[in-house]
Amino acid sequence: MSDITSQSLFELTSNIKEKKLSSEEITKAFINRAEKSKKLNVYVTDNFEKAIDQSKKFDSNPNLDFKLPGIPIAVKDLFCTNGVRTTAGSKILNNFVPAYESTVTQNLWSQGAILLGKLNCDEFAMGSSNETSFFGNVQNPVGENLVPGGSSGGSSAAVAANLTPVTIGTDTGGSIRQPASFTGTVGLKPTYGSCSRYGIVAFASSLDQAGPMTKNVKDCSMLLEVISSFDQKDSTSIDYKRNNYSKELSKDIKGKKIGIPKEYRVDNMPDEIEQLWKNGISYAKDCGAEIIDISLPHTNYALPTYYIVAPAEASSNLARYDGVKYGFRSPGQNLIEMYEKTRSEGFGDEVKRRIMIGTYVLSSGYYDAYYLKAQKVRQLIKKDFDNAFSKVDAILTPSTPSSAFKIGEKTNDPVSMYLNDIFTVPINLAGLPGISIPAGKDKNNYPLGLQVIGKPFDEQNILNISYALEDKINFKNDISDWWLSE
Amino acid sequence: MSIDLKTVKHISKLARISIDDEKANKLKVDLNNIFEFIEKLNELNTDNVQALTSIAETTLRFRKDEIKSENIREKILKNSPEENKDFFVVPKVVE
Repeated sequence: MSDITSQSLFELTSNIKEKKLSSEEITKAFINRAEKSKKLNVYVTDNFEKAIDQSKKFDSNPNLDFKLPGIPIAVKDLFCTNGVRTTAGSKILNNFVPAYESTVTQNLWSQGAILLGKLNCDEFAMGSSNETSFFGNVQNPVGENLVPGGSSGGSSAAVAANLTPVTIGTDTGGSIRQPASFTGTVGLKPTYGSCSRYGIVAFASSLDQAGPMTKNVKDCSMLLEVISSFDQKDSTSIDYKRNNYSKELSKDIKGKKIGIPKEYRVDNMPDEIEQLWKNGISYAKDCGAEIIDISLPHTNYALPTYYIVAPAEASSNLARYDGVKYGFRSPGQNLIEMYEKTRSEGFGDEVKRRIMIGTYVLSSGYYDAYYLKAQKVRQLIKKDFDNAFSKVDAILTPSTPSSAFKIGEKTNDPVSMYLNDIFTVPINLAGLPGISIPAGKDKNNYPLGLQVIGKPFDEQNILNISYALEDKINFKNDISDWWLSE
Repeated sequence: MSIDLKTVKHISKLARISIDDEKANKLKVDLNNIFEFIEKLNELNTDNVQALTSIAETTLRFRKDEIKSENIREKILKNSPEENKDFFVVPKVVE
């Protein structure tokens, strides 16, 4: 049997069901490795002691009908966990302990999973490199001083470094798919309305979705099956019949029509990405898929639209952090001064920048010029996809315009940081499902991903296409464990 | 169009975030760069386009008005920076 922590979710659940491994053995193996991996800075809060207790409890009376029987899982620190500190990577929530559980994490525990701890992320999920976290940057296990992507950077690093079998992240403009691409892992953003937003610290409510981050496509289908559910507590949750994604997973994609949008070629995109894309296209053909050239004419307007819509929603959502009911407070002479000092000291620079953008675009006299304009362009972007999906079943693109970059390389230039999400943002604006799978490496040996985009609620189809491509690509991450300490 | 220092200070007032002059000047530069990028949207004529207000296209559901959560008052109050019995405490607002 291979080392416990390098096993896939599928292998671990099989080994538990066949009684070859106990939950305690697995849980201790991941904790032991985490103790030696502090250099990566993936954990904000660990739950190790309680996790061991829970694993023993599971083993004493194991329910093997569960989909995640006794499997320890660490989650992004944006999911509220009952009784366990939840910070959203921010000083302002440094000491916040929720009195309730997010629906998505509850779905994990209801299927037998055990909380390992809370993973680092960009502050309030605002960032593409995990460098805006109050708890410091995360190291990408792929190479020293390399960002793991963001905002789910602790999550992507933890999966790539074998510190959790699988994890869940959140994706508002690419925060699952971009870090997956940067670390050679798989990340899926479901259709808006598939996974409940209840109990997730809100960033931009019309764009936020939770989703699985895993080592491979099969694990991704297993985890999506658990977390995707209709929830009365989220007014935008959609009641529809969800597939048994792992059971229906198939490499047969014969006759599927896959669209290639010409607008996803950008200036200065490295040749390796172009090559990767071409390889993906030829693999899809080998599998019997039909390749069709398509156009998504408003692609270039997606990022500017996103940087109006997302900050506008964020400025409203983050109004609740005022130092009164929870979190950090800075004292003031009067109520207003207390609010202003609390928010000035409690939020980091990127979060303040986005609140300022959002406040400005919603302020009197500017609403029509910016916010309403962006909502109209968002309609055009959605129509582009509607038109494309009348001709094709799925769309294949690169996940990111570059591989992982060095820590500190883009922190002084917000716009160049924002450009990271150029291929992922349109999918959130249109509410579609998208998955990033590792597809190759650049000249520095850093991973690169391909993205498969689907019709609303067609997660099964993009999982199947990814499953077929994964088999042909046969990606190996070759991570050297350079960060391990004794 | 460019954003001047006075506007930056006005927005910070609206957002209830105090900023000193040095930070305001830095923010002015960042915001101008970001808005220069955002203004690309003006290339598009959107006169006859209906704004997208909901991506999910669902109507809001009705439900019975029932109390479902347990009494978590103590846990909620425990998170407040300052509490006094059953109240959240803030600086004095009435003279």
